[in-house]
Amino acid sequence: MNTEFSELDKMLYVQITEEIDHHTTEKLRRKMDYEITRFMPRKVVFDFGKVTFMDSAGIGLLIGRYKLAKMLGGSTRIVNASKSIKKVLEMSGVVRIIPIEEKVC
Amino acid sequence: MKSLYDNEMELSFLSKSNNEAFARITVAAFAAQLDPTIEELADIKTAVSEAVTNSIIHGYEDKEGIVKVKAKLLENTIEIEVTDSGKGIEDIELARKPLYTTKGNLERSGMGFTIMESFMDEVDISSVVGIGTRITMKKTIKKSEKEEQIEEEKNALID
Ligand SMILES: Nc1ncnc2c1ncn2[C@@H]1O[C@H](COP(=O)(O)OP(=O)(O)OP(=O)(O)O)[C@@H](O)[C@H]1O
Ligand SMILES: [Mg+2]
Repeated sequence: MNTEFSELDKMLYVQITEEIDHHTTEKLRRKMDYEITRFMPRKVVFDFGKVTFMDSAGIGLLIGRYKLAKMLGGSTRIVNASKSIKKVLEMSGVVRIIPIEEKVC
Repeated sequence: MKSLYDNEMELSFLSKSNNEAFARITVAAFAAQLDPTIEELADIKTAVSEAVTNSIIHGYEDKEGIVKVKAKLLENTIEIEVTDSGKGIEDIELARKPLYTTKGNLERSGMGFTIMESFMDEVDISSVVGIGTRITMKKTIKKSEKEEQIEEEKNALID
């Protein structure tokens, strides 16, 4: 996972590079929470372009980060999700609180 | 004894979370024999990951145990069985419900069974409290248009 924070628009860009399952979420959660609390972004963008796998563990992970970002005054977006990842996101209804955008910001 | 199936395999591993990727990748490699699309393969991988993760986090909780995964092929269908000897499920109907989870504190979303049911054609749960849980899932891989065409041509030749 790599992150970049842009001071100008207070946007935290999070590029996830690992498969997302129960095994990987704990570490991802810790890193994401660290960055979100550190920068208090106005907008968090999760880039799924390099994610080749995600199961229900990812749903819990995203909802948890959405809540944290929201509490600190920020919104959340997903970009570059593959067809199979979109399927999991859409089925779970996550997309209603974290919209999927097609292009990279 | 001759198998009733075209092919079979069996895995048995410790309930460690790094085996979740191992299990789904192995089953996907086995399923590749049926020539699935990338999407069908992703469905199988996700369903296996859900069932194996459930055995590890709910079945065995923090204890160590053995998770077994069997896969069988018959014609275009793959049947996958994931078994644990963990704590079992008290109310199966409730467990199947979307958003139902007994581990909400661990950021589980309660979507595992819902995902298995929508990504596979059939999902059967059998569980006995104190004995363990077995999930049996089936998926039929659709034939590609090209394969169907070849088959039609073959049949036409026979007629
Ligand atoms: N192998 C198992 N052994 C014991 N209980 C299980 C097992 N599998 C599922 N359960 C029970 O069924 C519930 C629902 O499972 P499901 O996979 O749908 O959701 P979850 O695992 O809680 O959350 P998610 O899969 O979305 O992260 C679990 O919370 C658990 O109580
Ligand atoms: Mg689950």
